[in-house]
Amino acid sequence: MLRLEDVHTYYGNIHALRGVSLEVEEGEIVCLIGANGAGKSTTLMTISGVLRPARGRVLFGDEEIQEVRPDAIVARGICQVPEGRRIFPRLTVRENLEMGAFLRHDHRAVEAGLERVFTLFPVLRERVSQLGGTLSGGEQQMLAIARALMASPRLLLLDEPSLGLAPLMVQQIYAIIREINAAGTTIFLVEQNAHMALRVARRGYVMETGQVVLADRAPALLENEMVRKVYLGEV
Amino acid sequence: MLLQQLINGLTLGSVYALIALGYTMVYGIIELINFAHGEIYMIGAYMGIVALAAAAALGLSEVSAALTLLGVFGAAMLYCGAYGVTMERVAYRPLRQAPRLSPLISALGMSIFLQNYVMLAQGARDKAFPALIGGGFEVGPARVTAIQLFIMATSLLLMFLLHTFVRRTRLGKAMRATAQDRRMAALVGINVDQIISVTFLIGSLLAGAAGVMVALYYGLVNFFIGYVAGIKAFTAAVLGGIGNIPGAMLGGLLLGLIESFGAGYISAEYKDVFAFAILVLVLIFRPAGLLGEQVPQRA
Ligand SMILES: Nc1ncnc2c1ncn2[C@@H]1O[C@H](COP(=O)(O)OP(=O)(O)OP(=O)(O)O)[C@@H](O)[C@H]1O
Ligand SMILES: [Mg+2]
Repeated sequence: MLRLEDVHTYYGNIHALRGVSLEVEEGEIVCLIGANGAGKSTTLMTISGVLRPARGRVLFGDEEIQEVRPDAIVARGICQVPEGRRIFPRLTVRENLEMGAFLRHDHRAVEAGLERVFTLFPVLRERVSQLGGTLSGGEQQMLAIARALMASPRLLLLDEPSLGLAPLMVQQIYAIIREINAAGTTIFLVEQNAHMALRVARRGYVMETGQVVLADRAPALLENEMVRKVYLGEV
Repeated sequence: MLLQQLINGLTLGSVYALIALGYTMVYGIIELINFAHGEIYMIGAYMGIVALAAAAALGLSEVSAALTLLGVFGAAMLYCGAYGVTMERVAYRPLRQAPRLSPLISALGMSIFLQNYVMLAQGARDKAFPALIGGGFEVGPARVTAIQLFIMATSLLLMFLLHTFVRRTRLGKAMRATAQDRRMAALVGINVDQIISVTFLIGSLLAGAAGVMVALYYGLVNFFIGYVAGIKAFTAAVLGGIGNIPGAMLGGLLLGLIESFGAGYISAEYKDVFAFAILVLVLIFRPAGLLGEQVPQRA
């Protein structure tokens, strides 16, 4: 469904992605783990079209999308929940969700989408007219995921959904990620904290300084010596 | 005296508010002080003259004054809208990734260019703007002219329309979302370039309307009127909190009132000084303005 082939991305002179190749198949949950500054967010921003790779190809289905504008990439069915959630702080919860459905013109489908995310995240229904910036961290994460779902994406990119959340909230978010996947949305997940990610994912990639250094099935990665040491904090 | 200054101040203030909206909306979206915005207003005033002459030549003026007025406003506003959108395309969009100073300099250049262009095309002398709306009436000791009422009512209507657009419509909400987080707006599928164009379009439509109004009010137009009006409207935008739409409306009205009362009770000769004194004071003591939130630092 999604394939990166030898992707190089720069910030000015900084060579952030040094030939990344990876693949996500329809229906999977795939995770990308790596330390601070490894290039995980850069990978997602490159897929979303916010950053243009200097070299390499990004394929969605059979089509190259590395030159496509971000809004057109959303139109093709790839949505991202970026690092730090980036809720529109001075829009209400409802307006944030409406913006998630910006490209959908079928009014009834949007209403149905709202019902769907309110079922997944009942707390959002109670907060519809509250400003996004006034929500708690966990609520903001839910809103960010809900906003992305409003576009009804085929592929959902999640950048560190557990960051800064209490353990119970992390459990809850991950349960919902499973649920979204079970309902048919493919998921590409970035995490620094590898535990949860590798438990829900089918396959995983390990990234170091802009390169994929390891790729395997998630259970195998959980057993992998290097992964256990570096990313799971075990000795 | 008090009532008279109030009426004069509100008239002037509504015009400042209309121009200030263009500054504030553009700043809200791309953090640029569009120094050439005052020139758009000046072009609106000239276009009013041209449209009026055209209406007279077509014989429209004899048929209906209201229709003529509508045509003059429509033509000037659309013309200014086209100018604003084009200006963004040629002078600002190519510099979107450049350091912040570059688009500012480009804006200054645009302002000088437009002033000189209009001076060459229309001449350096004042042009008279025919009075379309006459009459007025006494309110106690004060006099309200029909044109003052017209300016206040039209400004109010335009601001109400803008408010509704920004609050209620899909495009208006997308504009607010883009102002709050441009990258995230792109990630939900908003075409950010298009929103920026719409912002320039709306700001310029309002400035065009303001241009015609002032020309109607004072009856004179020259290529330099955009300069002072621009700085005053910018002051109004800063006073209300730059980037904040209700702030620009409030700032405009307040500035108009301050000027009018200052001119009436202190000295008419210092009229322009008040605006600049306020600009300095606000920048020193309350840079976020009356309604502005503390300007968020963007990562
Ligand atoms: N806007 C930027 N300008 C310059 N360099 C950047 C920028 N953003 C990221 N980088 C650099 O690119 C590299 C990869 O950054 P990236 O944000 O993709 O890492 P990450 O894996 O997401 O890290 P984290 O886990 O901390 O989020 C880092 O070395 C970082 O310093
Ligand atoms: Mg990151």
